[in-house]
Amino acid sequence: MNAAPMNTTVTTPVEREHALHLLHQMLRIRRFEARAAELYGAMKIRGFLHLYDGEEAVAVGVMEALTPDDNIVATYREHGHALARGISAGAIMAEMYGKQEGCARGRGGSMHLFDAATRFYGGNAIVGGCLPLAIGFALADKMRGQERITCCFFGDGAVAEGEFHESMNLAALWRLPVLFLCENNLYAMGTALERHQSVTDLTRKAASYDVPAAAVDGQDVLAVEAAARTAVAAVRSGAGPYFLECRTYRFRGHSAFDTELYRTKDEVEQWKQRDPIRLFIHLLMDEGLLSETDLAELERKVADEIEAAVAFAEAGTWEPVEDLERFVYSERRSP
Amino acid sequence: MPVLTFLEAIRSALHDAMAADQRIIVLGEDVAVKGGVFLATDGLLARFGEHRVIDMPIAEAAIVGVAIGAAIHGLLPVAEIQFADYIYPAIDQILNEAARLRYRSNGDWSCPIVVRAPFGAGIHGALYHSQSVEALFTSTPGIKVVVPSTPADAKGLLITAIHDPDPVVFFEHKQLYRSVRGDVPDGMYREPIGKAAVRRSGDDLSVFSYGLMVHYALTAAEQLAADGIDAEVIDLRTLAPLDRHTILASVAKTGRALIVHEDTLTGGVGGEIAALIAEHAFEYLDAPVRRLGAPDVFAAPFADPLEAHFMLNPQKIAAAMRDLAAY
Ligand SMILES: Cc1ncc(C[n+]2csc(CCOP(=O)(O)OP(=O)(O)O)c2C)c(N)n1
Ligand SMILES: [Mg+2]
Repeated sequence: MNAAPMNTTVTTPVEREHALHLLHQMLRIRRFEARAAELYGAMKIRGFLHLYDGEEAVAVGVMEALTPDDNIVATYREHGHALARGISAGAIMAEMYGKQEGCARGRGGSMHLFDAATRFYGGNAIVGGCLPLAIGFALADKMRGQERITCCFFGDGAVAEGEFHESMNLAALWRLPVLFLCENNLYAMGTALERHQSVTDLTRKAASYDVPAAAVDGQDVLAVEAAARTAVAAVRSGAGPYFLECRTYRFRGHSAFDTELYRTKDEVEQWKQRDPIRLFIHLLMDEGLLSETDLAELERKVADEIEAAVAFAEAGTWEPVEDLERFVYSERRSP
Repeated sequence: MPVLTFLEAIRSALHDAMAADQRIIVLGEDVAVKGGVFLATDGLLARFGEHRVIDMPIAEAAIVGVAIGAAIHGLLPVAEIQFADYIYPAIDQILNEAARLRYRSNGDWSCPIVVRAPFGAGIHGALYHSQSVEALFTSTPGIKVVVPSTPADAKGLLITAIHDPDPVVFFEHKQLYRSVRGDVPDGMYREPIGKAAVRRSGDDLSVFSYGLMVHYALTAAEQLAADGIDAEVIDLRTLAPLDRHTILASVAKTGRALIVHEDTLTGGVGGEIAALIAEHAFEYLDAPVRRLGAPDVFAAPFADPLEAHFMLNPQKIAAAMRDLAAY
């Protein structure tokens, strides 16, 4: 039954400082999105909203293994990646409001976060569309002698697109520094993995391109971080691409409009028992690394940060409509 | 006669056509278990079963390509592209395979597929959930392009499209799905492809439009009527092949033509219609042909004011109509 949660135990040991940092990052994402959902209900945020609730350990664990110089490519379910990467909560929230103080000037919204400073290349709403771009990043970086690697996040649904296979082949053929980071949450919108893939063990797809691959429990932030460090080390060594599948689950609907008739409440409840944040809190408390006071302190810090982000977005301004046609073409004159 | 929303009319067309003809299948992302993102195919799985209502992986080229093959071998597939913005991976299949099939097999094979896709802006969908892509298809022969604006047309034209012997790309404006209701006959009936509809007749100027913009143009025409300007509003309904006869007859009557579309101006369908009028109705014109479309930027930026600025509305259309009437 492929919808059953993986039952690995949460990895130890971990240094206290680092553990609190990981927890803090996951709490930021959870809180940010809970607020975003409320604001969506209040029609402050409009359009589409794809939440990462339940999957936070993946973005947080993986980002730990990357350096600020690496390239990040993400999907439309990318608030968590953007936060963990270091884009400010205010710039993300303002973007979701459509304000020009947002990280994409308010032109993109929730699905299209962009940030040059953190080498965050979206926010991509076209499933699979950004995969060949990641190969191009890596090709150019390799040709130009850059040390950096490209980490490309995508869902289980994206492996059905031709671009996934074209990209895996080229990355392997040219031994490019690409980390294919598959977030397998078992569903592509309302279609379960076994209803759209003939082979549901996604690491086997990598095997057919001779790309080393591993699968990890995506609810366990330490396991994700460890697996990502192994993967990143392999890619950075020049050995070529690596495929890391994080097995996870989204607790909420695909987007704000989802009747969720394609899965049972029972299944969702079962997975919620493996909430990455709760699991980690329990582990740290059992290990004596986290007290109730520490947790309250962290939560207060997070709440302050997110409320400040909301205030920043509220106070933001609209891009003047006269600028509508800017950035269709370069503002430099053609030579 | 039952009053249905545009969305219910689409569903009713699929339902009635599938009940009447075993060869019809529906395939696309989340069309079966979920019933479609907009619920256009809701209930079809329960009624017709998983062999005829098929959930596809996220692989648009395969969705259309499989439909083409199945059509050649006797089925009548209705492929759904979840948003028109995702049609690009399937364009090779639509234009290189479906459109040319009859011609390159010297009429031995045909490709009776329908590709349905919701299009259009105004729902805060931003750059990849707002596009109008019809002009990508109207420039290739062999493809018919249909854009209904009323529930009755949505049903009648979809049924015709399904039984049409050639490939049809069928665009549904997503803002119409739930906002427009109207009388829709029960059971099977057909509206002709290639025939425009005169939605409002008038003598002073002609407005040619399609999709959501027809409704805006009608609202604008009522505003002008209060000032004594009598506009004719024509719903093109089919963009390829164009109903030249209705277009030219209207221009011959009014002497003034305005083409209105939500798509960007440059390269839009309006240019083709303007050329048609210039070539074949020049002597009737009392004013230059005018076009009103979106600015040449990508549909649509997310920020509310930018999206509103990008979109046409009845006021903008009324202003263009007044301008033309005064020429
Ligand atoms: C080319 C393309 N086709 C279809 C869609 C519509 N769509 C958006 S998300 C999605 C499901 C993606 O599933 P998955 O890759 O597993 O990511 P998840 O949403 O589960 O994170 C679909 C079908 C799209 N955005 N782009
Ligand atoms: Mg998924």
